[in-house]
Amino acid sequence: MSGRVLVGVKRVIDYAVKIRVKPDNSGVVTDGVKHSMNPFCEIAVEEAVKMKEKKLIKEVVAVSCGPQQAQETIRTALAMGADRGIHVEVTGKDYDMLGPLQVSKIMAALAKKEDAQLIILGKQAIDGDCNQTGQMTAALLDWPQGTFASEVSLEGDTVKVVREIDGGLETIKINTPAVLTADLRLNTPRYATLPNIMKAKKKKIAKVKPADLGLDMTSRLEVLRVDEPPQRLAGVKVETVDDLVAKLKETGRL
Amino acid sequence: LTMANPLRAEVVRLYKNLLHLGREYPKGGDYFRDRLRAAFTKNKGVREPQQIRALIGRGEHVSRELEALYYLRKYRAMKKRYYEEIKNKTSRPS
Repeated sequence: MSGRVLVGVKRVIDYAVKIRVKPDNSGVVTDGVKHSMNPFCEIAVEEAVKMKEKKLIKEVVAVSCGPQQAQETIRTALAMGADRGIHVEVTGKDYDMLGPLQVSKIMAALAKKEDAQLIILGKQAIDGDCNQTGQMTAALLDWPQGTFASEVSLEGDTVKVVREIDGGLETIKINTPAVLTADLRLNTPRYATLPNIMKAKKKKIAKVKPADLGLDMTSRLEVLRVDEPPQRLAGVKVETVDDLVAKLKETGRL
Repeated sequence: LTMANPLRAEVVRLYKNLLHLGREYPKGGDYFRDRLRAAFTKNKGVREPQQIRALIGRGEHVSRELEALYYLRKYRAMKKRYYEEIKNKTSRPS
């Protein structure tokens, strides 16, 4: 086994930012808005780095797809302990419509090119919330998948994965190479501190285009409209119990 | 004077690390930076290496507290958005 783990990391609007929809309802405002690594991707990176620290694997390669700024996200992964990065350059309309299908094609192509033993992804991104990329990647490669992982143990040529499912936990054993997706409780990601960021500057980030991998990024989806969730109506205060009964009758609740 | 010098690099390093960590502070990076500066300025007269080391230790403790704060905020936000309704559990955020 190559001992190489590919980790996909996505640059998303920071989880703490209040999202605003563009006035033309074509999408959300991203210009000048704080971005950071998707929280589930952080967990994925942490898991890969921990495996390397335990000497279970040899190399962690961080992959991100997008315009130049995607390199910032790769740099964070490098600061957390990844060894090198691959920036797949996707810009303009292709980037706007970049989704799980395109990313999974990219991850599958890179997995073959890099002879990866494992691919670890976050279970979903907090912007798209698709929860599809890991599953699609496994399908394209015809590899087993351990999704919603809350515990992972690499044992030779197999992986034991404890999965968070409805109603509890499921433990499975799958062969490598495999795709794993990280759930919230898998681990506690380390913070990318300044000294680690400085050290990571020496690490290499290779740049590649989808066309170099023989891939077409055309999307089969079209976003028609983006709307904010319905506003919660303010509550109404009443003075007496009689008023309350009257109000309830008025709104048809009594 | 020469006794404090090897520690000087450590103090500067601590300051830079805290400044970097403080950028994400909930009350704002500026708020944090002002208080960080004030805290370091208050102790600029300290010469005794033992004391300096103790203060550095305190600063490192603050760094770890900040990292824990940031992690907990994020964890709680994710838990609230994605895991609150266990009985209706889907991958959609609430």
